Amino acid sequence: MNKILVIIKREYLSRVKKRSFIIMTILGPILMAALMIGPAVVAMMSSSKYEVAIVDDTHMFYDQFTPTQSTTYTRLETGIDSALELMKGGKFDAVLHIPEVAFQAPASLRLFSLKSINYSAKAHMESVLKHQYESLKLTKAGIDPEVLMAIETRITINAVRIEKDGVERSDYPEVSMGLGFVSGLLIYMFIFLFGSQVQRGVLEEKTSRIVEIIVSSVKPFQLMMGKIVGVGLVGLTQFLIWVVLTFAIVGGVRSAFPEAFQFTSAEEIYVSASQSLNAEELQKQMETVQMQNTTAGQIMEGLAAINFPVVILAFLFYFLAGYLLYAALFAAIGSAVDSEADTQQFMLPVTIPLLFSIIVAQMVIQDPSGPMAYWLSIIPLTSPVIMMIRIPFGVPYLDLAISAVLLIAGFIFTTWLAGKIYRTGILMYGKKITYAELWKWIRYR
Amino acid sequence: MEYLFRAEHISKSYTGHKALSDVSIEVPKGRIFGLLGPNGAGKTTLIRIINQIIAPDEGELFYGNEQLKAHHVHNIGYLPEERGLYKKMKLGEQAIYLARLKGVPEHQSKKLLKEWFEKFDLLPWWNKKVEELSKGMAQKVQFIITILHKPALLIFDEPFSGFDPINVNLIKQEILKLRDEGTTIIFSTHNMGSVEELCDHIALINKSEKILDGNVRQIKKDFSTNIFQLELGQMKGPAEQMFDHRFELIKATPHNGLNTVRVKILREADSNELISQVLPYAQVVSFSELTPSMNDIFIKTVTGKFPQESSQDEVSASANDYLAE
Repeated sequence: MNKILVIIKREYLSRVKKRSFIIMTILGPILMAALMIGPAVVAMMSSSKYEVAIVDDTHMFYDQFTPTQSTTYTRLETGIDSALELMKGGKFDAVLHIPEVAFQAPASLRLFSLKSINYSAKAHMESVLKHQYESLKLTKAGIDPEVLMAIETRITINAVRIEKDGVERSDYPEVSMGLGFVSGLLIYMFIFLFGSQVQRGVLEEKTSRIVEIIVSSVKPFQLMMGKIVGVGLVGLTQFLIWVVLTFAIVGGVRSAFPEAFQFTSAEEIYVSASQSLNAEELQKQMETVQMQNTTAGQIMEGLAAINFPVVILAFLFYFLAGYLLYAALFAAIGSAVDSEADTQQFMLPVTIPLLFSIIVAQMVIQDPSGPMAYWLSIIPLTSPVIMMIRIPFGVPYLDLAISAVLLIAGFIFTTWLAGKIYRTGILMYGKKITYAELWKWIRYR
Repeated sequence: MEYLFRAEHISKSYTGHKALSDVSIEVPKGRIFGLLGPNGAGKTTLIRIINQIIAPDEGELFYGNEQLKAHHVHNIGYLPEERGLYKKMKLGEQAIYLARLKGVPEHQSKKLLKEWFEKFDLLPWWNKKVEELSKGMAQKVQFIITILHKPALLIFDEPFSGFDPINVNLIKQEILKLRDEGTTIIFSTHNMGSVEELCDHIALINKSEKILDGNVRQIKKDFSTNIFQLELGQMKGPAEQMFDHRFELIKATPHNGLNTVRVKILREADSNELISQVLPYAQVVSFSELTPSMNDIFIKTVTGKFPQESSQDEVSASANDYLAE
């Protein structure tokens, strides 16, 4: 037992001290953080500010324009020609001309500019105009906009799941989907990355013949387990550092540039102090704010609905048990062959269940309690990924128990199997290994 | 005689072929035991069984008077034939690691290793990676690791392969010193000539079976051909007339003013009588028995006869070399 600790320590330290590990551990979170922060930064940098002059010959639309984060509006009474002169002089970026005939002929609306105006600014102006057109037409038809406001109803169905114990829970599949997919993908990546590290380590010991020296002091099984556990701890270390560093970087950037992260709400909520609002506008604004709040609230409620202790415990369990199951198989492959190139024929059957799990992940997310999701989350080879996808949706404890017991049995079996192949394989050179040969090794005493 | 290690009726087969069939060996305490045989005879399989790396299908193993158990690995040091080190690991760090796996505590192993590194001129390489070392240096490190924990039983599988002659001598002296200190040594090789000077006992293995074992001197005596070689100076008459019916002249060749004469003693005579037979006729410069080499004995045991006359000259050459030392 003491010797296995010596082996684990070497496997762990020799990898953690490697330059490539340190670089990956630092670069990983920077890349992740860049992925999370990047879009906001890019959006912030690319959004140009527009000064738009409005020449409203009808005097019916101007009041509707409120400044947004990227656009400010100025009313000009001077007429279109002098407005265009001002624009050419650099006072404005664009001139929106609403001619006298605009109400009857919307096609006569014009937006003049020296350089092209971006899509969202134009879209904003169009929607303001459209709204005003509609309310003007309604008024003309004798319908009170107040009545219309009262009629307009926003519909979102709150899905409620009644659990076995009778507790009602709001169901937000979008949140569960995201969480499930991300954790399933992480497990998949972890198994692949560190499983192949185990394989490379075993192969390195075999080809350098150091294994001949070591097996006279320790049992081959101890050497194999020491490597699997040591590499697993390296993976766990890297993963934890990544999580902590990613959140630290994202958190740091957020508190340094808070304005970059007020994605959607800012544009609507932003109210210019110079702007006086009439009752109708205020109500409209309130509504949008409320709508924003409900989306954020739904996400919050969706997160709150997820049983985090179960998710975290399950993640750690499937993360480790899944790794142990596959790492043993990777170790067996590493021991059986003579070079990296020979691993291909044995890699295929090991990687297929993993690849399959990721490919069907989409279908499992669509129907997380269906028969396919159920069976794949029970079978040990696919359960680490598939069960993790299912868990945020809520999984009966019985299913979890069966899956966990089978996974434990599965990795005990693969470890036993790998141990049999390993102890013969590491001392066998220059032989073309076939499946029949492996089967013989398993049957040796 | 006291035996440190015994293997009784060991058999091991892999599907398709038999690696060992009913092999028994007894290794006397404090001696060097040669395990000889051609490549593929089953030596490495037997050694792996002794090291408990693989289990025999049949047979029993004893360390002293106890049945061989897992904890006995601490009493055994094994230098495998195919041996390597972690290429990317620093030499000192690696040596400490391997010593710890043998059960030597870290602080103690460091002290011992520094002493041995000093002795083998390896100390400047302590913090170097193994890939920067020459093969000979790596071999020395492996040898040190094998003997570091002072095991009572040492097993060397082709220990001299990869060494230059100076280092072969260095290792040979260390092995003899260990023997003198009371360590029991099993020495496995396919190069039968190379071990005659080292081994006290041998076992010959061929095609998975033990075909011969015993004390080296005794074996040589058993396989004695009773052929003697004499260097004679001035002779009174031709060699053919010197010997009576108790002796058979094989050949006489003059060279450098001397005559080399080979005579077989037939029966009812011994070497002293051969000398007294020759004395009246010639001046005796040297006199020696042509002992068969281990290689000849091996071939004799396998095929039933010594190598043909053509290789008989090689026999004499190796015998002379042997006697010259």
